[in-house]
Amino acid sequence: MEKILEVKDLEVSFQTYGGSVKAVRGVSFDLHKGETLAIVGESGSGKSVTSQTIMKLIPMPPGKITGGQILFNGDDIVPKTEKQMEKIRGKEISMIFQDPMTSLNPTMKIGTQIMEGLIKHQNMSKQAAKTRAVELLNLVGIPMPERRVNQYPHEFSGGMRQRAMIAIALAANPKLLIADEPTTALDVTIQAQILDLMKDLQSKMDTSIIFITHDLGVVANVADRVAVMYAGQIVEMGTVDEIFYDPRHPYTWGLLASMPSLDNDNKADLAAIPGTPPDLTNPPKGDAFAARNQYALAIDFEEEPPMYQISETHFAKTWLLHPDAPKVEPPEAVKKRMRQLSSTFDQAVLMKEGK
Amino acid sequence: MQISKDKFQLVGTKISEAEKISKPSLSFWKDVFIRFRKNKLAMFGLVLLAILIFMAIFGPYMTEYDYATNDLTNKNQEPSSEHWFGTDDLGRDVFARTWEGARISIFIGVAAALIDLFIGVLWGGISGYKGGRTDEMMMRFADVLYGVPYLLLVILLMVVLGQGLGTMILAMTITGWINMARIVRGQVLSLKSQEYVLAAKTLGANTSRIMAKHLIPNSMAPILVTMTLTIPNAIFTEAFLSFIGLGLTPPLASWGTMANDGLPAIRYYPWRLFFPAIFISLTIFAFNVVGDGLRDALDPRLRK
Amino acid sequence: MAKYIGKRLLYMLISLWLIITATFFFMRIAPGNPFTSEKQLPPEIEANLNAHYGLDKPWYAQYGDYLLKVVKWDFGPSFKYKSQTVNDLISEGFPVSFILGMEAILLAVAFGLILGIIAALKHNKWQDYTAMIIAVAGISVPSFIMATFLQYFLAIKMGIFPVARFETFMHTILPALALASTPMAFIARLTRSSMLEVMSNDYIKTAKAKGLSQGVITVKHAIRNALLPVVTYMGPLTAGILTGSFVIERIFGIPGLGAHFVTSITNRDYTVIMGVTVFYSIILLASILLVDIAYGIIDPRIKLAGGKKGE
Ligand SMILES: Nc1ncnc2c1ncn2[C@@H]1O[C@H](COP(=O)(O)OP(=O)(O)OP(=O)(O)O)[C@@H](O)[C@H]1O
Ligand code: SF4
Ligand SMILES: [Mg+2]
Repeated sequence: MEKILEVKDLEVSFQTYGGSVKAVRGVSFDLHKGETLAIVGESGSGKSVTSQTIMKLIPMPPGKITGGQILFNGDDIVPKTEKQMEKIRGKEISMIFQDPMTSLNPTMKIGTQIMEGLIKHQNMSKQAAKTRAVELLNLVGIPMPERRVNQYPHEFSGGMRQRAMIAIALAANPKLLIADEPTTALDVTIQAQILDLMKDLQSKMDTSIIFITHDLGVVANVADRVAVMYAGQIVEMGTVDEIFYDPRHPYTWGLLASMPSLDNDNKADLAAIPGTPPDLTNPPKGDAFAARNQYALAIDFEEEPPMYQISETHFAKTWLLHPDAPKVEPPEAVKKRMRQLSSTFDQAVLMKEGK
Repeated sequence: MQISKDKFQLVGTKISEAEKISKPSLSFWKDVFIRFRKNKLAMFGLVLLAILIFMAIFGPYMTEYDYATNDLTNKNQEPSSEHWFGTDDLGRDVFARTWEGARISIFIGVAAALIDLFIGVLWGGISGYKGGRTDEMMMRFADVLYGVPYLLLVILLMVVLGQGLGTMILAMTITGWINMARIVRGQVLSLKSQEYVLAAKTLGANTSRIMAKHLIPNSMAPILVTMTLTIPNAIFTEAFLSFIGLGLTPPLASWGTMANDGLPAIRYYPWRLFFPAIFISLTIFAFNVVGDGLRDALDPRLRK
Repeated sequence: MAKYIGKRLLYMLISLWLIITATFFFMRIAPGNPFTSEKQLPPEIEANLNAHYGLDKPWYAQYGDYLLKVVKWDFGPSFKYKSQTVNDLISEGFPVSFILGMEAILLAVAFGLILGIIAALKHNKWQDYTAMIIAVAGISVPSFIMATFLQYFLAIKMGIFPVARFETFMHTILPALALASTPMAFIARLTRSSMLEVMSNDYIKTAKAKGLSQGVITVKHAIRNALLPVVTYMGPLTAGILTGSFVIERIFGIPGLGAHFVTSITNRDYTVIMGVTVFYSIILLASILLVDIAYGIIDPRIKLAGGKKGE
């Protein structure tokens, strides 16, 4: 399959009063055409910064890409100028944000907000753009689109606004759609509708999607592959099956154990991960997760673990995969669903040191 | 890669350490101080303010001339080594009058701010603490009063009450406290629901004790900012009133009256107007930038 | 929208009534006012006052008459000059003040917006610092001091502008500048913080993600929304220009209503003070109403919500 996006060793930091916040610390992943990659992780783990960096949407300054490459269709976008980025944003890569209440301009008609992208990228006339905007609203399932185009965001419900956001994002047929927690602010039934809509549109338009969420339940529904982020790094990445049925990283275990599911919907059982993420101004020595990790080894407090490969598609960054490490048992909730997957290597393979 | 085997023993979480690392805790005021110090304009304002206050206290003693003594043989003298800022139409020393004026202007500003504080804390505190109908009525009253154009009201009051230092401060504070009351009320409302107040309540502490012990110290930050910004406003109002002939009566020297006296002579004796004018502006400037600096330093949204 | 304006109009009338009532009673307690019995007035003035206020009637009758006359736009005679009424004064002085005030408002809004927008766009760069220092200076230097400086340096010393009076356009520039300086500074600061606030909003990110250029985003998305709080400042702005005109007109010898008002204060011409105060209040309240309506027009959320901000 054709690779559409390749992120290599991406590093992003923010210059603040308290020092420089290393929000993304060496992130690498790739994405194929038509594929959906989910990025999960706690609040503050750097999901939004990573994804916004792909469109160079982070505020610079204070933000700065301090290292790495972002190859979009083989073309590195890190050195691109704002002018060049304008041709990519909205046309090649689009984004949907978390909160539909605030991500639409309150004083501009919905129709106009959809038309802007069309006029810019497809050189459409106002009239044509308006016709297309009505079509798009229809496509994302908004009833009476002819009337709705002339309304303002406050006349839309939350779910409808998110549909409108999707219409805006898809207006110019982008090749990559980044959805940053698109359903978090919506209630459960609307969430499901929006997810269905996205899947449906993806199959029609063959876009690739990066789907950010902290809800693992959603991931199983929409994603092909999953990357788990912690403290600005990807700590485990694999196919949905690998992450759900054969997770290797204690942080993934923690996330899975804290996920409500059909057989485990009693909230009291959910084991939240204790403690809080580290301060990214001075990331701790060793593994960033060590202090919160009940399986932490002595070495975790001294040295950062390398990335190990568990199968063609499955990677994890933990010392537990070192041959000398003790065999530990994942938490009960995770163990219950562990399965032997056929693609797994006999032994975890060290990828490269220290990274 | 060789790592000794004993490094691979299980040691488990060290949450307490993680907490320590992730929260380098500076005390709130220390934090504020550091941020304030980084603000060059605010620091400049603070230094300027210190100089102005110093001169207000000691300035009148630096010259042998008295601010109120006429000397008709030395009318309208240019600034010189004798009369540093020159003299006015009655031969009074402008340097002495300027610092005497500084005392009055700063006094009016501080007095107005303190009275605003007193009424505002009382009104806003009671209103917020009692809540319900009392709150509703007290705040309605404040709203109505707030709707009246400020300077117009002050002018009317000065006309009705007659000129003088006391009536001027009274006229200024008649609506000035409303801002303070709103801020205090907002703070009280937000703090009221917080646990430590509830705890104090269940322990049987009475209302005034709770207010004094918990609510007021916690509202310090916004109150301080409001006060620093009230002072320049009061200084401005004094000068304005004096300038339209509703100010202090002679021989009292305020910057406003000095400027007012100097205006007709601007063509020939500009210093009589310029010295008070410059110092009014500098003082208002200093208080404004210090107030702004404080507000920015205290703004928790900037807190990272 | 009609309902909204109706409601605002009602509030406005209530405030106006309160102000009229308050001035009426204030004037009755002021020392040496025309309503006290031990007054020694020239007979013509006595007759004027009597005709207007009915001085022998009880106070509530006087109050009722007074209210009625204000409604009929009759503010009564002067307490000091026999052949002058407050209406004369207003029709003579207000047009001058109006021209000056409008010029000042235009200056304040135009330069304030420009300064504020530049500062926000160049946040934390030298343009921002410069604009903000100009703004703090504008706020710190009272308008009447600005006026004297401008007059002394630009008119008296350099002779670029006429020193005083109100005849040609050149005569209006310095007073309008002086009058505009403080509100301009406020507008600049307000615009800047409002722009910064708006620019940090998600919908700006959305606009950027669409591939719009910084210029288009600024003009079409940021400024319009940033203008909303600035529009609400127009009420206080009018008040500031109005009170500012008292001193500015005096300094530049402009025969406007502000100068007349100050003279009437110095003369303790109580009936003029009363009448002009009421007139000013009407102007202020009307401008606040206009601002509210303008706000309703730019913010679509208000139009349909019938007075309240939607959601
Ligand atoms: N403009 C900024 N200035 C300074 N720090 C920033 C900025 N934006 C993000 N950060 C920091 O970068 C880190 C990662 O933030 P990010 O928004 O990517 O988290 P996230 O994983 O998306 O979390 P959430 O689930 O809450 O959206 C955080 O520590 C945050 O404080
Ligand atoms: S490297 Fe160590 S601390 Fe990090 S996840 Fe693995 S076991 Fe835990
Ligand atoms: Mg995020």
